[in-house]
Order: sequence, then C-alpha cells, then structure tokens
Amino acid sequence: MEGLKLSEAELMIYIHPSKSRNVFQAICRELSSLLFQYNETFDGVLLAYDATVKSKQAKILAGLHPYFGVRVNTRLLLFDPKPKSFVEGKIVKISPESIHVIVLGFSAAVITDVDIREEFKYRVRDGEGSFVSRSHKRHALKLGTMLRLQVQSFDEEVMHIAGSLLPENTGCVKWLENKSEEALHTDRDHKRRKIA
Amino acid sequence: MGAEEVPSVPFSSNAMDNADYTDTELVHAVRKALASVQNGDTDDYSQLKTVMCHKDYSDFDAVANYDFDAVAQLETVLRILSVSVACIDVVHHEDLLRTIFGMSLWFQKPNVMDALVGLIISLAVISGKYLDPCLNMLISNFIQPNFKHEVSQTQLVKKKQEVLPRVHVALHKISYLIPLAPSKLVPILAQNMPSIYEKGPSVVTYVDNLLKLENSSIGKVVGSVILMMVMERMRDLDLEIGCDDILQDDSNRGMFDMELEDAVESTMNEGDEFPVGDLKQNTSGGNVVSELLDKLMVLFFDHLESCQNSGRLDEVFEILFQSFENYILNTYRSKFSQFLMFYACSLDPEYCGVRFASKLLDIYLSRNKPRLTRMSAVAYLASYLSRGKFLPASFVASMLKRLVDDCAEYCKTCNDDVKPEAHQVFYSGCQAILYVLCFQMRSILDIPRFQLQLTSLESILSHKLNPLMVCLPSVVSEFLKQAKAGGLFIVSEAFIFDDLHESELSRAFGGFERLDTFFPFDPCLLKMSSSYISPNFNFWLMEKTTYEEDDDDELCDEVIVNGDADSEEDCDDDVELDSEMNKMFVTPKHSFMQETERLLKMPSRIRPSTSPPESFLI
Repeated sequence: MEGLKLSEAELMIYIHPSKSRNVFQAICRELSSLLFQYNETFDGVLLAYDATVKSKQAKILAGLHPYFGVRVNTRLLLFDPKPKSFVEGKIVKISPESIHVIVLGFSAAVITDVDIREEFKYRVRDGEGSFVSRSHKRHALKLGTMLRLQVQSFDEEVMHIAGSLLPENTGCVKWLENKSEEALHTDRDHKRRKIA
Repeated sequence: MGAEEVPSVPFSSNAMDNADYTDTELVHAVRKALASVQNGDTDDYSQLKTVMCHKDYSDFDAVANYDFDAVAQLETVLRILSVSVACIDVVHHEDLLRTIFGMSLWFQKPNVMDALVGLIISLAVISGKYLDPCLNMLISNFIQPNFKHEVSQTQLVKKKQEVLPRVHVALHKISYLIPLAPSKLVPILAQNMPSIYEKGPSVVTYVDNLLKLENSSIGKVVGSVILMMVMERMRDLDLEIGCDDILQDDSNRGMFDMELEDAVESTMNEGDEFPVGDLKQNTSGGNVVSELLDKLMVLFFDHLESCQNSGRLDEVFEILFQSFENYILNTYRSKFSQFLMFYACSLDPEYCGVRFASKLLDIYLSRNKPRLTRMSAVAYLASYLSRGKFLPASFVASMLKRLVDDCAEYCKTCNDDVKPEAHQVFYSGCQAILYVLCFQMRSILDIPRFQLQLTSLESILSHKLNPLMVCLPSVVSEFLKQAKAGGLFIVSEAFIFDDLHESELSRAFGGFERLDTFFPFDPCLLKMSSSYISPNFNFWLMEKTTYEEDDDDELCDEVIVNGDADSEEDCDDDVELDSEMNKMFVTPKHSFMQETERLLKMPSRIRPSTSPPESFLI
C-alpha cells in the first residue's frame, strides 16, 4: 500500500519547567498530541513515533516561562496519500451511489458512483448490496472486502479520502493478487513452451 | 453508472404536478435541478427549495392545518437528496444546505424524521466539508425548541422518544463510517450546551443525552470531556445557590446537635430519615436553581448506577476524580456537587470508596501541592470518613493512622508554640483527626488494635503547638467529651469554650477561606438527591457516641488528672492492652501548673482519673 512512509527527524521540543521532573514523559506527551493530525512540517498524518533523547543538555528559552528545548531524534510513521497513489481499506458500506471504505482503521474513504468503472454492476443478493464485475464474475466487492482504490483527493482536516475505482488495477485486493499470480504462472508457462 | 436499483421512495401521486413520474425519473429530475444551477438555470432549483422551506409541522398541529401533500413532497425530496449527495455542491447549493442544516427533527413527523436523518448521514460521510455542520445539526436536536402551541407532557414525552433515539443512532452510524468523527464532536458538544443562564428543562434533556453518549461507544473518545463539562456546570449552579437560600431551622443549632427530625422514635427506619432543613421556597432565583441542580444530580446518580451495572464504574471514577480535583476540591462554596463522588463511592466501596479516600490523603500528604489544596483535601477526607456509612471501621482506622503518624512526624520536627497562621496544614490535619473520631470513636474503641494504631495521637495533642487550643472549639469539646467517656484519655488542661462554635485561633488557622469550618459532606439539602444519599450516609446520632444523653449531667468541662509532668515521652509505656482499663494520660507540661491552681478552687464534680466512667461500661 502506498501512502505510508517512515521518516527520520531531528526535533527540538520545548518543555514547560513544571515538567522537568520527567522529561521523557513530557516529550512523549508533546509528540502524542500530534498523533492522527496532519502536520505540514512532516508532510503527512503522524501515526506513530519513536523518540530518543539525543543529549541531556537543554537550551533554556528566555521569557516569562523559561521553557527549555530538548533535542530529540525521532522516527515517524506518516500517512500521506498523494493524489494518484493507491491505498487499501475495508468496505463498511455499499449503496448504489457510493462505496464507503475505512483505511488503516481511522481514515474514511468514499468512492461515488461516477468514479466506479463501467465494469462493475450493483446487485442485491440476499438483502445485501454488492458490486460485481461484468467480465469476471468472481470479482465482487462486498461488505468486508479489502479494496484497493486510487486516491483522488485527501482532506487533511478530517482525514477523508475521495477515491476512485476507475483504474484497472483497483478492486478487490485478493482477486487482484490472484489474478497477478495467475498472470505470472501463465508467463512462465509461455516461456517454458517457447524454450521447449 | 453502476447504479441499477433506486431505493423505493414513498411517493404521493397527488403531490406532484406530473403524477406519472416513476421513482427513477424523480431522482433524475432532482439531480438535473441540482446540476442546472451551475449553468445559471435556477428555475427547477428554486422549486426544489420551495418544497424544502415549508412550514414546520409536527404532530401537535391541528389536523385541519396539516398539509399532507406538502409533507409527503418533503419526505420524497429528502430521500432523493440522500441518494444524490454527490451532486450537491457546497458553493452552488449553499442555500439548500443552509435550509437542510437549519431543520429541526422536533417539528417533523417520524417518517420525515427518518428521511432527514438519512440525508444528514449521507452528507456527513460523502465529504469532510459537511461533517461539522451535520454533527452540529444533530447535536442541536438534543435541545427541545419552543413550540408555538401548548404541548402536553405526554405529547412532549412521545416526541422526545421519537427524536432523541434517532439522533443517537445517526451519531453512531456516522462514527462507524468516519472513525475520527467522535473527536470532532467534542467542541460541538461544548458549543451547543445551553448557557448558564438557561434554567429550563432543556438543560436537563441536554445533560441526559450527554450522559447517554458517555455510556456508548462514542463515549470512549468524548466521555471524559462530557463528564468534566457536566461537573463544571453543576458546580456553577451550586455556586449560584446562595447560603441565604438554605434554611437552617435553628441558627443556634450546634454542629453536633441532632441532625434527624425524629431520630428518637423507635419506629423509624433508615430509609425514613431525612436531613433537617430544606431549601427556602421564597427566593425565585434560588429555588429554580436548586431544583435544576437537584434534577441534574439525580440524572448523574442514575448514570453512575448504570456505569456500575455495566462494570465500568472504576474507569469512570478516575475521570470523575480528576474533574472533582479540577472543579470542586478548591471551590469552598460548593455545597452539593461533591455528593457525586460520595454516591459513586457508595456504589463501589471496595474500589471507588477506598480510592477516593486514598487519593485525598495523598494530596494532603504531598508536600508539593499548594497549602489550600492540602487543607481542603484533608477536610474532604475527614468529612468523608465520618459520613460514609459504607466504609468499614478498619479502613477508617488505617486512614486515621496515616494522618496521625504524619502529624506526629510534624510535631517531632517542629519546635514552635501556638501559631495558627504558620502551621495551617498541620492544624487542619489535627482537626480532621478529631472530627473523624467524633463520629467513629465508638467503633474504633470497640476494637483494641484500632486504638493501638492511634498511640501517637496523644503526643500530637500534648505538643507545644497545642492543636486542642487552635482547632474548632465545637469539634474539640465534642472530641474531649467522647474521649473521656470512652476512656481514650483524659486531658488535664481545661478547655472552656462556652458552647462556642468557633474561636479567634480557629479563624486564624482557617484563613480567609474559613477552612476551619469546612465540612463538605454535611447532610445534603437537595430533596431528591438526598434520597439517594441518605441510605449510605452517617447522620449524627447521639446513640453512636461513647456517651449517652442521660449522662450529660455527669460530664463536666474541666477534669484534673494526676500524672507525671514528664509523661509525654514514656506515655507509650502506660498503654495497657486491657480494653477496659485502656487509658492514656495526657499532661501538657506548660498548662498543668497554671490550671491546677485555678481548678482546685472549683467545687466541680471531679472524677478520679483511674476509674472508668460508668457510661463506658455498657
């Protein structure tokens, strides 16, 4: 899945003097307050971090409250789905007008009917709606299916993705992987026959 | 387009001009109207808006005024819009959106409610832009609007049962589809809270729904904020109830006088007892506020009970205590809000009950906390240990021991004379010990090993700092009365208080905030709330003291003890394990000589120090 990246960053974290008893806890607190929010500096949504204090020396800021700045080396897991990238998520709602997907458990993605390629047809089976491919009957998008979609836009405030199923390599992840494996096998067979 | 099926839309064939439209055609017509705005053609769009901006209808309106067609049209349009949300543009259809977000569920029939809620959910999940306005619209429906006509109570209840569950279901559906939606809910809940000046039923409904949210899956994110908001509001209302509004039936009534109206009657059961004094009925402001606070407290009590039943009271308790520490602990005029903690503790004495006392004690013992906070915490602790019927005597004894040990430690390192302002925290600790013993002396003395835990007490009371002189006179005199009757020890210094409730010295240690007369868990005067609290509340009863009423004539304020002037250090050796003869002698050095001379002249009944009072041998 694209959109996830691991970054290393050297940060200066400013801590209030009252927290000087347990500096590491204060650092974790500061970093935790940034979780699940889009950060321009990091260029992505912070999902997880790993912090190590570089040096025990801190710089004290002159001012009303003498905050002190601690240098911290961090490794950051960032979520940054750029347009045209591909992400994967679980389908939680299907209706004729839209498919709703949850990516990584926190980001909501929506694919409206205009962004679903012609190949897929909405069907109701046993009271449940699904999108089934006209050309490949086994390729079905149902509730609970892991779906690969292309990102059209990403609303950083709400972590909302507007997605698209227009590209050919989007759809049910399992089916797509099986298909690519089969294609690989077929290639190998062709090559063997050629050699033979 | 992948869509083949269109959800069936209830369609009144009389409503539209062209009765032959099918559902699919209607959907296309609406979508066409929405799209046409971008081309500058607004006729169809204006028609659409007219349908939306109809008169507000509800079941309360007379049938004659009811335009069935318009309502059916509205429902149809709402359902079509909910399947066409992708066609709604935030800029071009701004007025339509404003209308949608301005609609209130309270003015609709149930089927229109469903259609409107469906539209709101669809809008919320289709794009992040609409999430906040959708959540705001739903939360605003927690507050009932002002109806144009008179509405009976039954009609109102029925309406509530139609509107509120739908709002909760919608919030949960949105949270399911957009996992981060609950965190967006937090500021919206705060913004929609009725203002502090609003004292009507809307506050009660809003708080009721807030607590329901706290108890749900959304509560995992918003729960702590909700509890803090509600506690803060209750504290604010509490502060509005002035002391004048609280009617004391006898202003001369002493602190340790009877608290029960007819406590002597043998036919009374625990449940029948209720605190003396009720809130004044005349002050228009005071009565309304106290009634509102009473209702809110009862709501909260019920909520705590349901938390207990679902097994989550211990996690709720942590947030509760945090809110208590932030909002109530340092608010000395808070009269009733603290009973929320009391009730939570009574529901689960083993965890919450113990935790509350331990946390308060930790605050008192922590040298880092501000002086006032420490003094307040120990006052709360004292009042709580005295009044909590559900607390076992062993626990009370162990808490007392820690207090006593800390005060004794303080005494060892301190070489000062009586100086109330300089040792405020110490004196408040001592007063706490004395106060708890006034309530629990009998149960402590009944078990020798509890009494043993308090051996350092005499070293504190006989120290130069002289807490018996500084602490509140009414508490001290009651304590001494009981200590003597119970045979705990007998004090040689005369403490003549003349039934004084307070003194110069107690005022000095209490400070501006009057923490010397701060007993936060004194009986709750709110009618409905007190019925929840009373079963677990220790009212002051003479029978529970170590003396009894008919012994009053035998007791005197001044007693002499013959003992060593230096017995302070070796007092421990005097302690005998025999429960009947267990006495400790306390002879404050500095006052002994002065007082003895004076007292020798008094023709008072002086009890020989070695024989126990008859009343103790019950």
